[in-house]
Amino acid sequence: MAGGAVVGARAPRAGAVADFPRQHPVGAAGAAVIVAMALVAALAPLLVPYDPLAPDYGAMLARPGPAHWLGTDAFGRDVLSRIVWGARTALSVGLAAALVGATLGAVVGVAGAYFGGLVDLLVERVVDILLSFPLIILALAVVASLGNGIGTLILAITVPMVPRCARVIRSSALAIRRAPYVDAARAAGYGHARIILRHMLPNVMAPYLIMVTAFMGQAILLEASLSFLGLGVAEPTPAWGLMLKGAAVDFAETAPWLALFPGLAISLGVLAFNLFGDSLRDALDPKLRTP
Amino acid sequence: MLPTLAGVAVLVFVLMRVLPGDIVELRFAGESSFASKAELDLERHRLGLDAPLWRQFARWIGGLVRLDFGRSLWTGGPISREIALRFELSFEVAILATAVAVLLAVPLGLLAAVWQDTWVDYAVRLFSIAGLAVPSFWLGILLILGLLVAWGWLPPIEFTPVYVSPWRNVTQLVWPALAVGYRYSAVATRMMRSAMLEVLREDYVRTARAKGLWPRLVLWRHAARNAMLPVFTVIVLEFTFLIGGLVVTEQVFNLNGLGLLFVESIAHRDYTLTQALVLLVAVITVLANFAADLVYAWLDPRIRYA
Repeated sequence: MAGGAVVGARAPRAGAVADFPRQHPVGAAGAAVIVAMALVAALAPLLVPYDPLAPDYGAMLARPGPAHWLGTDAFGRDVLSRIVWGARTALSVGLAAALVGATLGAVVGVAGAYFGGLVDLLVERVVDILLSFPLIILALAVVASLGNGIGTLILAITVPMVPRCARVIRSSALAIRRAPYVDAARAAGYGHARIILRHMLPNVMAPYLIMVTAFMGQAILLEASLSFLGLGVAEPTPAWGLMLKGAAVDFAETAPWLALFPGLAISLGVLAFNLFGDSLRDALDPKLRTP
Repeated sequence: MLPTLAGVAVLVFVLMRVLPGDIVELRFAGESSFASKAELDLERHRLGLDAPLWRQFARWIGGLVRLDFGRSLWTGGPISREIALRFELSFEVAILATAVAVLLAVPLGLLAAVWQDTWVDYAVRLFSIAGLAVPSFWLGILLILGLLVAWGWLPPIEFTPVYVSPWRNVTQLVWPALAVGYRYSAVATRMMRSAMLEVLREDYVRTARAKGLWPRLVLWRHAARNAMLPVFTVIVLEFTFLIGGLVVTEQVFNLNGLGLLFVESIAHRDYTLTQALVLLVAVITVLANFAADLVYAWLDPRIRYA
């Protein structure tokens, strides 16, 4: 990672935001999908015709049709309604995990760069250790030690994000740690916490925003995977990964719509965040670009 | 590398000790049965949990050195045997998935680079970026669905070792390998494309073309061979994708491998087993990264580590 990454970064101006769709049409398309998903999630109760939790034993495994656009599951619950409500679960869990993970990572990374020496060495070592666990393994280990539940789920997704963000933000923060305004703040006698939070963090906003969007996609995918394994969101809460659990293979022949639509929702959501994240990175910080 | 490994061991140990309540209480609570304090103490003693922490840690590390991971809380059998039983299957899927990833990434990345900014390039890029978004377990479900609809056939559930029947073995394992390998190939494809773009602008490629060599020979012998170096690194570094993919995909295909064992160990609150598997994965990851550095230096003599 380039040490001077943040130097080339610009804070987004009003003009730059207006230019974004023209220069990054693909990213803008991703953003449009994200906005649509957020609207659907926010307005879920107004949009869906059925209660996502209410079983209807008269209409079990109904085919997609005028009554149930995307069919019903083994309990007669409307698949479309559950997917719409599932967007709520995916976005809220994803946003909470991505924000907390990126913020914690940013604070740790900036602190490492600011203090340098032993603190930095320690941060780097711990980051190294945490990075030797694959994303999902670390998340599952957290679930294993803290048990199931929505809070644990968010924490489990957060923990593997922190070292990844800390590493990127640290390299950006190294470039500004000797900046005149940091020296000035120190000369003015401000405390370490104030310098880190008020003076350095705002100046690594570009990589921070990039990490948050990148994490959103990963967090949605991770939440779906954990729920699919039965170690994330619990029934009867509507969640995309959970909808694919069991039902999909058991009813593969008789009710393929059960397997199809929730998976499409996950893929579309993750794709949107990835596309938007990539374009955002190109726009804000071309030096962070990876192939 | 050694400090990292030591840190990994400490972290795994601590992670399984920060449980709210202790292992024994949680397990008895999980079985929703009443247990007296004497029973709990007896169980704690049996598991060696009444010893001071440092001694437990020393005992655990001492066992690890002899490849003794302790006993499973669920089955009571030695963990090393549980792992050995399933290692072959997961290892084989991993190898097949890597093969799928390389076989997808190298030709696709090469095509995209040669036809840069044409529809071929766009199609390859779309294919690879979609690979990062499509969950491998969903792809696995779709594969099963496709096989069922097209041929009315499902891959066999029972594992057949490759030395018993190579054909049955491959027909069973190639599907999970495809599901995992596609996602695994995504980053490698992008890497191959950009590495090829760079290599194709090198002087030696121009020289080879200028002296009138057969274009396909230039492409494969001169360009692709050099572009494959970073692809190799990415394949090793993205090893974590593979592990993550295996954990979820074995569930879809009902393969009794390490991934399934891991998920079951968590569901059964089999902490010693979870601990052993988490450690195993982390150690393999660290060793793989280290090996990648060595092999990379060997493949590319310009790279020397101080």
